[in-house]
Amino acid sequence: MPRGAEIVVRGAGVTYPGATVPTLQDLTLTIAPGEFLVVVGPSGCGKSTLLRTINRLIPLNAGSIAIDGIDIASLDPVALRRGIGYAIQAVGLFPHMRVGANVAIVPELLGWSRERIAARVDALLALVHLDPERYRDRFPRELSGGEAQRVGVARAIAGEPRVLLMDEPFGAVDAIVRSQLQDEMLLLVRELATTTLFVTHDVDEALLLADRIVVVNRGRIEQTGTPLEVLAGPASPFVERLFHANDAVIELREKARERQRLR
Amino acid sequence: MNYLIANPERVLRLAGTHAAMVAAALAVAVAVALPLGILSSRSPRLRPLLLGGLGAIYTIPSLALLALLVQLFGLGLAPVFIALVAYAQFMLVRNIDAGLRGVDPAMRDAAVGMGLSPRMQLLRVELPLALPVIVGGLRIAAIATIAIATLAGYVGGGGLGVLIFNGLALHNTGMIVAGSLGVSLLAVLVDGSLRWCERAVRTRLGG
Repeated sequence: MPRGAEIVVRGAGVTYPGATVPTLQDLTLTIAPGEFLVVVGPSGCGKSTLLRTINRLIPLNAGSIAIDGIDIASLDPVALRRGIGYAIQAVGLFPHMRVGANVAIVPELLGWSRERIAARVDALLALVHLDPERYRDRFPRELSGGEAQRVGVARAIAGEPRVLLMDEPFGAVDAIVRSQLQDEMLLLVRELATTTLFVTHDVDEALLLADRIVVVNRGRIEQTGTPLEVLAGPASPFVERLFHANDAVIELREKARERQRLR
Repeated sequence: MNYLIANPERVLRLAGTHAAMVAAALAVAVAVALPLGILSSRSPRLRPLLLGGLGAIYTIPSLALLALLVQLFGLGLAPVFIALVAYAQFMLVRNIDAGLRGVDPAMRDAAVGMGLSPRMQLLRVELPLALPVIVGGLRIAAIATIAIATLAGYVGGGGLGVLIFNGLALHNTGMIVAGSLGVSLLAVLVDGSLRWCERAVRTRLGG
């Protein structure tokens, strides 16, 4: 497995056609090789947009992004994307292709030999804890939500990407499966050492997975830091509120109990 | 019924011509409709023009269109064939367009994000996912084509229409019944098999 790439985002700005307010504004960020960076923020804050600028699904209006020192604007977008793993919340498995064929897409695009692809598919399914013999020839409709998410992850890393982009990849499963997938993800990324950009609105997920957290609000970075730094020293009232929402829930529950006691 | 019992091989032969004419017309129609449907699904500006234009052709009474085409191409198979291809366009293009535009945006996003070229996105993801709707359009077009192909009998193009129009001219009810029954039977048969195809591709997609 190749080492992760370095990603440097400089002054990135995105304004969607017809919008008056930019979705991303003057965003600067360096992601170290092999780092697991989690972008967290409320929905609509621009975190998915940031992720999608990296594989050029969304063009920048300002600034630049470089992967290992090469400006991505100078690369062929199709070739760029083949070198970047991509997993999305909706999973995006192609329903007309079997699990094996779904996982094999990028290796096929990269022109690997048939034997190498077959071996890679089986190894990946095993890596995400799906028995290749049982799952290789299934259709996505024959998978549970958690199994589909696993295949989604396997497909994203199939081409041995040096950069991995994940947009709420565990968004569509229940809490139990989700925490199981998070634990597995944690082990997996340690093994892969791929540079990972992971987007979520779930603060707990961010704290669990991240080497470093980037808090985004209204298209700007509110704070960057390790989970501990962000928790211990929130840089703004917004970050404080975001990360202590759980405390608020606890407080509410206590108040409700108190009220019942008083009645 | 008498005519059918007395001349089974003639009815069968004409049914064969009818079916071959319909199959050939549909094949050409699909080949024309595919690029038009793809174009329409990609271009919001061209879509109303294309669908509006093809819809207008669709509303011309078939006998009137045929009369016009006979003026241009003479009697025989040619005018009928052109009419059939033209009529099928509306149903085919409309469904290809609807099927492609109905593809889940997440599928397109995944396909683009993984680095499929535009051509591959279309061939490997979008068209397969749109297939149930496209086959649905093909089914409707096939039934309409089978019916309209009857007019070939009127202008010397062959097929089961020959029995109907000759029967009308000769006041031979048995002949008319044989022709009509053949057309209906063919329509039911084709409808059934394409319905089966439609269901098969739909189940495959997990719908």
